[in-house]
Amino acid sequence: MGCAIETDESDEMDIVLSSMWPEDMNEAGRQFNIERPGMDKDMLEEVTIKREPDIVDFKRLIELANYTDKGNWQLANLVRNWEYKQENAVRLLREELDTLSKQQREVELKKLEILEEHRFERDGYGGNKRPISILDENLKYLYQDAPRRKHDSVLQDEKISINAEYDSVVYWKQQAMNLEKLLEASLRREQVLIRKLQESIENLEKQSTPVEELSQVLNRADNFLHFVLQNAPVVIGHQDKELRYRFIFNHFPSLREEDIIGKTDVEIFTGSGVKESQDFKQEVLEKGLPAKREITFETELFGSKTFLIYVEPVFSKAGETIGVNYMGMEVTDQVRKREKMAKIREEMAVQKAKETELTKTIHITEESMRAKEMLATMSHEIRSPLSGVVSMAEILSNTKLDKEQRQQVNVMISSGDLVLRIINDILDLSKVESGVMKLEAAKFRPREVVKHVLQTAAASLQKLLTLEGNIADDVPVEVIGDVLRIRQILTNLVSNAIKFTHKGKVGIKLYVVPEPPNLSKQKSWKASADQSTDSPNTRKDSSMSRRTGDQRGSHGCCEGEGVDDNNELKNTLNDQDRDGTPMEEDEASHSNTQESVVWIRCDVYDTGIGIPEHAIPTLFKKYTQAGADTARKYGGTGLGLAICKQLVELMGGQLTVSSVENKGSTFTFILPYKVSSISESSDDPDELSDMDSQEVSDDEDLHAGVFQFQPRTLGLLSSQSSGRIQKLLPITYGFDPSQSFNGLLEDSSSPSSSITYKEISSEEDTHSAAVDTSSEVEVSMSQSLCSANLDSAENNEQPHCSNEISKPSVSQERCRTQAQTDGSSECYSRESNEAPKAEVKPKILLVEDNKINVIVTKSMMKQLGHDIDVVNNGAEAVCAVQCKDYDLILMDVCMPVMDGLQATRLIRSFEETGSWDDAVKAGVELQLAPQHSSPNLLPRKRTPIIAMTANALSESADDCYANGMDSFVSKPVNFQNLKQCLQQYVPQ
Amino acid sequence: MLGLSLDQLRADMNRLLAILFHQGVLDEQFLQLQQLQDESSPNFVSEVVNIYFHESEKLLRNLRALLVDRELSDYKKMGIHLNQLMGSSSSIGAQRVRNVCIAFRAASDHNNRPGCLRALELLEYEYCYLKNKLHELFQIEQQRMLAAAVRYPAPQQHLNNPQG
Repeated sequence: MGCAIETDESDEMDIVLSSMWPEDMNEAGRQFNIERPGMDKDMLEEVTIKREPDIVDFKRLIELANYTDKGNWQLANLVRNWEYKQENAVRLLREELDTLSKQQREVELKKLEILEEHRFERDGYGGNKRPISILDENLKYLYQDAPRRKHDSVLQDEKISINAEYDSVVYWKQQAMNLEKLLEASLRREQVLIRKLQESIENLEKQSTPVEELSQVLNRADNFLHFVLQNAPVVIGHQDKELRYRFIFNHFPSLREEDIIGKTDVEIFTGSGVKESQDFKQEVLEKGLPAKREITFETELFGSKTFLIYVEPVFSKAGETIGVNYMGMEVTDQVRKREKMAKIREEMAVQKAKETELTKTIHITEESMRAKEMLATMSHEIRSPLSGVVSMAEILSNTKLDKEQRQQVNVMISSGDLVLRIINDILDLSKVESGVMKLEAAKFRPREVVKHVLQTAAASLQKLLTLEGNIADDVPVEVIGDVLRIRQILTNLVSNAIKFTHKGKVGIKLYVVPEPPNLSKQKSWKASADQSTDSPNTRKDSSMSRRTGDQRGSHGCCEGEGVDDNNELKNTLNDQDRDGTPMEEDEASHSNTQESVVWIRCDVYDTGIGIPEHAIPTLFKKYTQAGADTARKYGGTGLGLAICKQLVELMGGQLTVSSVENKGSTFTFILPYKVSSISESSDDPDELSDMDSQEVSDDEDLHAGVFQFQPRTLGLLSSQSSGRIQKLLPITYGFDPSQSFNGLLEDSSSPSSSITYKEISSEEDTHSAAVDTSSEVEVSMSQSLCSANLDSAENNEQPHCSNEISKPSVSQERCRTQAQTDGSSECYSRESNEAPKAEVKPKILLVEDNKINVIVTKSMMKQLGHDIDVVNNGAEAVCAVQCKDYDLILMDVCMPVMDGLQATRLIRSFEETGSWDDAVKAGVELQLAPQHSSPNLLPRKRTPIIAMTANALSESADDCYANGMDSFVSKPVNFQNLKQCLQQYVPQ
Repeated sequence: MLGLSLDQLRADMNRLLAILFHQGVLDEQFLQLQQLQDESSPNFVSEVVNIYFHESEKLLRNLRALLVDRELSDYKKMGIHLNQLMGSSSSIGAQRVRNVCIAFRAASDHNNRPGCLRALELLEYEYCYLKNKLHELFQIEQQRMLAAAVRYPAPQQHLNNPQG
């Protein structure tokens, strides 16, 4: 019996235990619950459980059990379990009672039988009336029930067992003994029953009270937990709504119970991470959702440790959170390992990136080294044969040539020069970059350099610009430096300034400045570089000085001369004192001079388009210009400034720029120069003497501090310059056609001017294709002019010149076109400048408003060998036709102001009637008054007019024909249809 | 780097061009344009196209302004702008832009405002696509020219055609 109860109980306990685990425990967790009770008992016996670690606030636990859902449920479970067990016990007892009462009944029956027998014996006379106590309820059913038979049989058996004769003494004796035996058995049974009853009672007593049982169950659960948790590095706790600990389990406690219970984290610990965990718990409490987090604690109590914390909210029956369950596991080592791994991985990635970067850099470096080498070699290889070509061409230009040949040779020379210059640029750059650039140290006169540079620039000037030079008095007369490079820098900067300046002035300003502090460290390096000598550019430079030297005789626009030599010397000495660093290294090479260093600042300023601020940082980069637009508009390789900067830096100075957009820019470079005190008397066999021989030691020029090249006066100063100005005059002042015509003729009357005029105009014709490369033209002009002068070729040129002048109609037309296009759109003034010569080429007019179409058509015509005039609408077309006879007109149909159809009608009407009356009626403002043209003009030849239509629809073609057009080409125009059209309509 | 990737750049350019032709973004007119580029005007195509971009952006702005004005959309003016755009687009061979222009003009001829708006959207899209692609092309070309500039052609070539 006891065993049965035991099994029952353990079965039940399984259920109870399972309820002790968290509800959300997974199957893996559950599997620990199916241990057999017998086994676990043994196991638990082996386990020694330290009871200290768990600290329980019992009151709270009860409270919890009372208030929380889970506790409630668990309690209910326990109660149900207990009730079930009680029921079972009751059932068993009842069964027992049943058997007992059955036995009792049997005994009773036996008794009755015995009595009955006796009565039967006794009342043998009195019938079979049975006195039954009505009070004895137990007997009631005896009458109805079967057991009687059983007893009968017993009685029968007993009867059989009596062998003696009835009613004899023996019989009675036997009877008595029998009965006695029965009685004894009955008594025995009764005793057994009593014993059993006693046992049952004892058992009942042994059955525990619910409280005991519950605590037993709890104990078991507790033991289980302890067994599982005894070595786990976990802390389990429960905290109430205010996050005060109500229960904590910690296997490795470092605090006593009273230190923890009833306190919050913050109150217990201090250090980093405590607040975080507190906040985290608070968060869980507020959100009501369980969450996990890794928190690193840095506390005095247990140092730096990382815990993985799981916090789940505990709800009351009403669904409110009343606290949190908290479970923490120390994962410091794991975290440390993980972090280490991450760090290693990161390092590996960095390493890898570095490696690739490195290989890439190596690759690039190798490649660029190779490229640079190749560049230098190539440039050199190209330069040598090219200079041969150019020199031979120069020689050729000095021989007797006819006009056309001379032009061709000039073009050849100028192109060759351009290529040479570009190659030199590249070579310079690669030299500076690769560090093989050697600097020369030679005496030179800064004033002269400035003057020459300006003169050269003025000579090739094509604009109305004032060039000025301003040299402060304190700048020494002679300094030592690499004059070629300095001149190169100056020329570069000035030509740059001119290129980007359309009006106003370009100037150079020179003055002495104290040594800039940030540059002093480069000085020694620079000085050593100075010692080496190299002269790659002497040819170019001497030719330049020769050219400029020629001009010098003719003009003397120098002011402010006559600075005292002593004064000058004093200044330099002052400079020397100030600097206090005489360059001893150089005394070996220039032992006869006493030297000091002077820093001279040079500003090259202009009033040009300026440089946008964002472009300034990239300005000095190779192949870069301020913007893509600039590059297109002004051309150039973008190498100039890069070279300047590198050169200046190589010489130990610095190049800077400041600019205001649309106001102008100033390029400033500061360079150190050595000053020799015995400057005047020394006679160096280099550049200076070369200059001197040309200059014939013009003493006033030596100290001239201010130079100015006015555009107007320039024309009077030298024949070269007047040519440029003249060419520009019509553009600038030519708004009134008749006026400019006169002006031009007046200018042309002076023979020297007319020479150049002719040259330019003829040159332009051949150059007409290369409009954009203005620098090329510029060079070739100066070249040709130079050679013309050298040759003293007046004899040759004079007749041509007069020829040219005798054909005023051509120039008239030209200037008209110019004036007109100037008025209409600035954009095409350039193109109109190069109006084709009447004699040779067919005159073609393009009437088109779409810029793109204009450009494309123009270029195509150019490739087909035709130059064309362009106007933008029908009205302008009418004017153009009025001014000039065209051999072909290409007319767009759709145009603003006046469309192609109307323009064609007006032109046709003029051709038929010889008068422009219709045009005037249509509101066209004619260039010439109609009455001027009408009298001497008869009906004209019919100019072919070809319509250009965007979509060659049949109806628009009909319109074209109806309005007097001869044909039409569909847009977009291409080579084929242009060629066809030209073949058909242009007389060859 | 310099000059060594010349072939690569040229191949890139050709590939890009082929794609653009295949997509119908450009047509033969663009090749005509390219034929106009020579030593005398080495940047001819990009110059022209940049002017085209400049003009077209102005036109697109105007068109949008005209269409936004709900009450009095000036369809006639729109037609003029569209003619301009169509003309220049066909001149540089921007086929798809041109086609959209035609559709746009048809819509504007019918005073079909929603149609115009749709067409404008499409036009702007096509224009942007064209612009991006051409910029890409020019960038490659510029690189190529830089690369080519490093290896100077034989000197006599330069002298032979200084004028182009």
